[in-house]
Amino acid sequence: MVQWNDTQANRLIDQAARDGLVVTGALRRLVDHFGYVDDEAIAPLAKAFSRSKAEIYGVIQYYTDFRDKPPGQHVLRLCQAESCQAVGARELTKAVCEHTGLGLGETSKDKNLTLEAVYCLGLCANGPAAELDGQPLAELDSAQITEILRTVQS
Amino acid sequence: MSQRVFIPGDMLAIALGANQLAEAVQSEAEARKIPVQIVRNGSRGMCWAEPLLEVETSKGRVAYGKALTRDVPALFDAGFLTGGAHKKCLGLTEDIPWLANQTRVIFNRCGVIDPLSIAEFETHGGFVGLTKALHLAPAQIIEQILASGLRGRGGAGFPAGIKWQTVAAATGPTKHIVCNADEGDSGTFADRLIMEGDPFRLIEGMVIAGLATGAEHGVIYLRSEYPFAAKILETALRLAEKANWLGEDIQGSGKHFALELFVGAGSYVCGEETALLESLEGKPGIVRSKPPLPALEGLHGEPTVINNVITLCAVPDIITHGGKWHSTIGMERSTGTMPFQLAGNVAKGGLVELPFGATLDVLVNEFGGGTRDGTPVRAVQIGGPLGAYLPPELFGTQTDYEAFTTIGAGIGHGGIVLYGAGVNMREQAAYAFEFCAEESCGKCTPCRIGAVRGMELLEKPTIDHALIDDLCEVMIKGSACAMGAMTPIPVQSAMKYFPEDFSKETG
Ligand SMILES: Cc1cc2nc3c(=O)[nH]c(=O)nc-3n(C[C@H](O)[C@H](O)[C@H](O)COP(=O)(O)O)c2cc1C
Ligand code: SF4
Ligand code: FES
Repeated sequence: MVQWNDTQANRLIDQAARDGLVVTGALRRLVDHFGYVDDEAIAPLAKAFSRSKAEIYGVIQYYTDFRDKPPGQHVLRLCQAESCQAVGARELTKAVCEHTGLGLGETSKDKNLTLEAVYCLGLCANGPAAELDGQPLAELDSAQITEILRTVQS
Repeated sequence: MSQRVFIPGDMLAIALGANQLAEAVQSEAEARKIPVQIVRNGSRGMCWAEPLLEVETSKGRVAYGKALTRDVPALFDAGFLTGGAHKKCLGLTEDIPWLANQTRVIFNRCGVIDPLSIAEFETHGGFVGLTKALHLAPAQIIEQILASGLRGRGGAGFPAGIKWQTVAAATGPTKHIVCNADEGDSGTFADRLIMEGDPFRLIEGMVIAGLATGAEHGVIYLRSEYPFAAKILETALRLAEKANWLGEDIQGSGKHFALELFVGAGSYVCGEETALLESLEGKPGIVRSKPPLPALEGLHGEPTVINNVITLCAVPDIITHGGKWHSTIGMERSTGTMPFQLAGNVAKGGLVELPFGATLDVLVNEFGGGTRDGTPVRAVQIGGPLGAYLPPELFGTQTDYEAFTTIGAGIGHGGIVLYGAGVNMREQAAYAFEFCAEESCGKCTPCRIGAVRGMELLEKPTIDHALIDDLCEVMIKGSACAMGAMTPIPVQSAMKYFPEDFSKETG
């Protein structure tokens, strides 16, 4: 993930507008690039997509994917939905939170790891499921996940 | 000639190590100087056996279940390339009872072919329906869909033919076909499997929908949690354009259809059709008031068909074999086959396509094999987070839209989540409210505030049944969409069928 940079962000926004995308398309590109959408982007987004700043803010707040704070180096998303609950997702989540000292939605002080909730990854026959930096994980147990966490924490 | 080996490239198989398995097979083959060709097929839907390794032999394809990287040397030693015996061998794939006892119509190619090979798609019956449709009048296509009795697979079960007819009759130079690939229900993955395993089927169905209604533009609204499907669809769209199955003057017919992919941004309510339209227009996914119907005033205010992935994927075969053929499969007004999905605490989870009418018992016990942890099945939730919790006493119910209505449940998108003895139904009921509070679009007070209130009521040491029922009634009556109006279903079914979990102090 790249550190926020206004010039680069503005370039991405203008390109998205030129490509004929709607504003969420631009937000998607910003998140893919920087991991989040900085407040600094609201004014240029409003201008490029002819919407009010309040509207742009509303869009960012509405969608879970559009983080408004930079995530850690690694992002672990743990499935919280029913099929995974049925095979111990609650206990797994608790174990991960205890191991990392983080709650869902929190980032470690050293900015290494962010934990997030996700509601279903479509891996429901093989839960508990999760996703680490875009890599899907299934049939997890707490021993396995702590092992995986060790690799990103070192 | 090199031996063909199949290792799924679908998201689940990859989560379970399919990429590493493919690398290991490749390097072991090279070390042994055996030429192999690895095909990254879609999934057969036998999730319990993933990663499922298959080899093509003279007798047919032979399967090895739960194949891991560390099994690879032993598999070569056992001569797996010619179907050699090994403890993970499941025999001929087509003869595995779990698959052989299904009726694969919509999923007939999924896991069989290379998902991105138009040639293989066509050898297995692909584009036959579309080719036929290119020579039919719009009214003739709609006639077949009406005759088929096809109902929407996204949740509500609305007749597809009637929706198409409304859009076809609507005036306006620009119309749209929107595919709802938001698949947000926990316990469902049929859309994901077909998009990853047979993407041209969806494209074919959408072009036919365009021909039937006069729409020349289509968009697939895909949830962002499915990045692998996004990549496959993008490639499939480019390939279909190149082969002139999309774009201008399709196969010299003078008919046009342009199709694009749109990726969502993590919102369950955006699966609701009007919220989805708002989202496509770059706005927050706030549910629109109906009327107007999206069929008349949909995307950008123009006539729009919105159908689920599986609904559209059922279309090509209906055109190929005729609406009458489809209407004879299934039971009563639930025609055709339904791809059910077995999930949660299940021994043999995955995709089970059967004609409507199969009982829950057949699905849960015969195919699912009961729970994964070996405890008795205590409950199933059917139809996603807004679906009912049902006890084993109701497993004799046939999967039929009307039969389900009589027991206060719905089939929804066909997801069946199993729970074992360890489940706490009060926790599940509280979760239903929690999910509603989390995902509510905020338009209606009963949904936005009621869900939070419901969570609080279920956290109290003693349950006030009358108060919860009152709250549910307000939510049912005062919510503009099913998010708020149907959240009471899991709550009240849990309370009705599992009262013991609500009488004592639990949670
Ligand atoms: C809260 C909510 C979420 C929904 N999510 C989906 C979904 O993920 N996929 C889907 O196809 N339909 C979903 N629906 C149903 C759609 O509104 C709509 O009925 C459907 O896309 C119509 O297509 P069909 O007739 O082919 O089923 C949802 C409805 C509601 C109220
Ligand atoms: S019921 Fe809930 S999700 Fe549906 S429109 Fe009202 S507030 Fe939005
Ligand atoms: S519920 Fe966890 S992957 Fe679907």
